Amino acid sequence: MKNWLAQHARALLFTLRRLLAAPVSSALNILVIGIALSLPAGMVVLLQNVQGMAERAVDAPQISVFLSMDAGRDDTARIDRQLKQHQAIGKIEFVPREQALEQIKQSTGLADVIGGLTQNPLPDAYVIYPKNTGAQALEALRDELQKWQGIEHVQVDSAWARKLEALLRFGRLATLILGVLLGFALVAVTFNTIRLQILTRRDEIEVSKLIGATDAFIRRPFLYSGMLHGLLGGAAAWLIIVTSLLLVNGNLAELAQLYASSLVLRPLSAGDSLALLGFSACLGWLGAWLSVAQHLRRIEPR
Amino acid sequence: MIRFNQVCKRYPGGYEALKNVTFEIAGGEMVFLAGHSGAGKSTLLHLVAAIERPNSGSVVVRGQNVASLRGGALPYLRRNLGLIFQDHKLLFDRSAFDNVMLPLQICGGDYRESAKRVRAALDKVGLLQREKANPIALSGGEQQRLCIARAIVNRPSILLADEPTGNLDAGYAGEIMDIFQSFHQVGVTLLIATHDESALRHFAARTLTLKHGELQQ
Repeated sequence: MKNWLAQHARALLFTLRRLLAAPVSSALNILVIGIALSLPAGMVVLLQNVQGMAERAVDAPQISVFLSMDAGRDDTARIDRQLKQHQAIGKIEFVPREQALEQIKQSTGLADVIGGLTQNPLPDAYVIYPKNTGAQALEALRDELQKWQGIEHVQVDSAWARKLEALLRFGRLATLILGVLLGFALVAVTFNTIRLQILTRRDEIEVSKLIGATDAFIRRPFLYSGMLHGLLGGAAAWLIIVTSLLLVNGNLAELAQLYASSLVLRPLSAGDSLALLGFSACLGWLGAWLSVAQHLRRIEPR
Repeated sequence: MIRFNQVCKRYPGGYEALKNVTFEIAGGEMVFLAGHSGAGKSTLLHLVAAIERPNSGSVVVRGQNVASLRGGALPYLRRNLGLIFQDHKLLFDRSAFDNVMLPLQICGGDYRESAKRVRAALDKVGLLQREKANPIALSGGEQQRLCIARAIVNRPSILLADEPTGNLDAGYAGEIMDIFQSFHQVGVTLLIATHDESALRHFAARTLTLKHGELQQ
């Protein structure tokens, strides 16, 4: 067992030394793998972020009810009473038109524009938190409220999130396809890299076979090499994603300031980072294994 | 130790390299294999190390029929053989020390113990001072001696040498033969293919002579 571990450690060290002996070509190989991986992995990160935002919106679906501009106090009082008594509604929140205007003034920096208005263009509104948040229940409630007298417009605020959810499903499928394709590309890149290594080390393989090396012994450094290429490629992809996010977040902060909200893209979680590294290492190993199975058999001592 | 029984080896195309070869070499014996080039000397050595397989007959090495050995068992056969090649087959991407270290790495083992054995083998062939040199910087005779060091570092019971003095002048060739003589004295079985007449005359050893693939009695 100890012997076996020592053999593996030696093969790994040997492979590392080989990798460092040709730093430029190793770095380029690793970069190719890194770029190929960073595309699907980056898309996954983006999708996760968008999904996170959508989920926060979907979590507490609201219905905004805007009253008609000409609704009088009587109408408002009636609607208030009806809403409070409605079976399907959990909680309501009244937003008087003056308060809504004030909010817009403060939060969007449009104070100058609003100050110039002679009349408040906003209606009174209610924010409703329904008890049942299923899509059908929300729509039924919306349709019902829409018919009430004095109500101008009813909006289900989570509708956009549901549309986004559908879009996200599409995005995930696209990412999956891209990921599979670029996974194949990674396998192909390591396959070729290892093929070249095998060809340049033909003499060594031949001599090793002549003096009693088992196939496992000969295979080992190549498999480690493929795995290391994959692993380092995965690390390169991780760096590419993290750096890109840092750059994007810098720009996004400016944009978000203009819209008076905060938008930050979160990077990969520790678990996802490990998954990325593990996945790329496995694919590198697979490429090396295929290459070794294909080419090593042809080298027999003469 | 080595027994050939009616061995035939035919190459694709119909060329018969060995025809009905039968002989036996006892443990600890030193045997020369003589014959003109193309007589089948290399083929015979290849059959012993299972680098090639015979078309018919049996090749028994240390009690094992090599001709029917599975591929997976080959490495373990070869670890008990020391192979010495005319073209040395040294690796030029590493030092003399690392070249000799290779067989021990393949078997696996404690590094310090292995290093000691490598130095002992280098000392045996008189190359201890050159352990850090790249084989490319060694002379032909030194390269041949390095190849011998690599073959014996595993302490094999059988040494096979294919034209070990083929490219060397008389002085170097004498040194190499002296080294072989010393292995013979400690009980190693040696089979040396050579067309070097002086070596054959120098030692009072049994000689198998091949002519057009047939053993001359």
